[in-house]
Amino acid sequence: MKEKAHLLDLSQDTGIIPEEELETSPGYPSKADLKKGSVVVIECTEEVPCDPCETVCKGGAIVVGEPITNLPRLDPEKCNGCGLCIPICPGLAIFLVDATYSEDEAAISFPHEYLPLPKESDEVEAVNRKGRIVCKGKVIKVRSPKSYNHTPVLTIVVPKKHIHEVRGIRRLNKGAK
Amino acid sequence: MAKENLACELAIIGGGPAGLAAAIEAAKAGVRVSLFDENEKPGGQLFKQIHKFFGSKEHQAGIRGHDIGYQLLNECQKVGVDTRLNTVVWGIEDNKIGIVNGRTSRIVDAKRIIVATGASENPLSVPGWTLPGVMGAGAAQTMMNVHRVLPGTKVLMVGSGNVGLIVSYQLLLAGAEVLAVVEALPKIGGYVVHAAKLRRAGVPILTSTSILEARGKEAVEEATICSLDNNLSPIKGCERTLKVDLICLAVGLSPLAELCWMAGCKFKHLPELGGFVPIHDENMRTTLSYLYLAGDVAGVEEASSAMEEGKLAGVSVAGELGYLKKDEAEEEKDRIRKRLSSLRLGPFGDMRAKAKLELMRARG
Repeated sequence: MKEKAHLLDLSQDTGIIPEEELETSPGYPSKADLKKGSVVVIECTEEVPCDPCETVCKGGAIVVGEPITNLPRLDPEKCNGCGLCIPICPGLAIFLVDATYSEDEAAISFPHEYLPLPKESDEVEAVNRKGRIVCKGKVIKVRSPKSYNHTPVLTIVVPKKHIHEVRGIRRLNKGAK
Repeated sequence: MAKENLACELAIIGGGPAGLAAAIEAAKAGVRVSLFDENEKPGGQLFKQIHKFFGSKEHQAGIRGHDIGYQLLNECQKVGVDTRLNTVVWGIEDNKIGIVNGRTSRIVDAKRIIVATGASENPLSVPGWTLPGVMGAGAAQTMMNVHRVLPGTKVLMVGSGNVGLIVSYQLLLAGAEVLAVVEALPKIGGYVVHAAKLRRAGVPILTSTSILEARGKEAVEEATICSLDNNLSPIKGCERTLKVDLICLAVGLSPLAELCWMAGCKFKHLPELGGFVPIHDENMRTTLSYLYLAGDVAGVEEASSAMEEGKLAGVSVAGELGYLKKDEAEEEKDRIRKRLSSLRLGPFGDMRAKAKLELMRARG
């Protein structure tokens, strides 16, 4: 019976990095760092050979070093929140969180390659790592310059309590009916 | 009427990432290279790989596969590779290959040959697997990304290796809905970042689950999936039916090594590399002195390592034919080997690195 429940529950946790694992990984800022302002959140916990985040970071806030399979290490003090690492990451695993956006709202930036793109000031459905809708969000920035190479970066504003949870939006074209 | 044989110093079979990289390195050094590909366009699978590559700057990390394809084609043209498309290589014997283009068949004499024929997708035979709408994940990727035809709108992906995960994501980008990714093993096969992308889009990834049957009148209409026990046997009562019009099989690849069998290369069976793989040394040379390999035919990996192996084979041949000084060639080969081994680090690469070592030791 146990297996049956396991199958019928289409929301099993496979493919989601557990929060404890994220929070102890070297690319994840501490809760205190998150409170200070714009900082990137790197959700990369497997030793794969990859380092473009290090190459693109002009401030030296992300270090992979050698061997190339090291997990990216974030120095939150050096991160100025430019967000160039977001579109370059082949795993789309980097986000930018600004918990100081307003009194009770935070701004979250993330890669979003699905078309059509929302427009600035659109209301969207913010989703968590399981794709479940968490809350409404407001789009404040849609950036897709040539240098991002077809990986647009969206910034949305959500209630501050969701900063550890919201990592994207429900895509506007939800597929065939 | 017997025609005179064509001749070249290096014949490369297959114009994918490995073959193109090999052709560029060898031609750059001065080798007279002819490259044969059975398709109407070179590039192999690169032009359907619209995702950004992993690796480091020297491996072209962050650049999309199709852009790497264009770069390679440009370089090939610059260094003067004689590229023959729509040309099937039907055989190798000693230093000769047989080619056919349309109705014309010729023999080509080549001092050295590099086989870079890639790999083919493994099938999975379940009841209904011959219905239209059941296809390899790579085939679906070719249809949508190269030919711009979406082969289905409601998809079941079978297999959670990087191919299954990446193609699922690209199906979403193309506007399809992926109902589930099923994986027979208890663990996701590919990178967790690829899996996480799908999960954020609401796609379930079901481990210890597989497809039992595909059904439909004229094409796929539904698929039955089922939980598996520890012995990978279906658990009765744990079936579930999904309404789908496309079932993609991403259950591994096997080296396309028929030409190497025909030529008389020795093989070793290494499941980590996709099955029977021609034995080769650290210069990519097989057990036949004139025959080299590069890319997936030498063990299934991915495009970045295929390109490095191509360079290694190209430099080896250039050195051996006297176009590079011995120490020059050795230095360059060491640089390439270093980049290659960095791609085989970590929990995913380690297994391949070990299998490759075994392959090289087998040569003696």
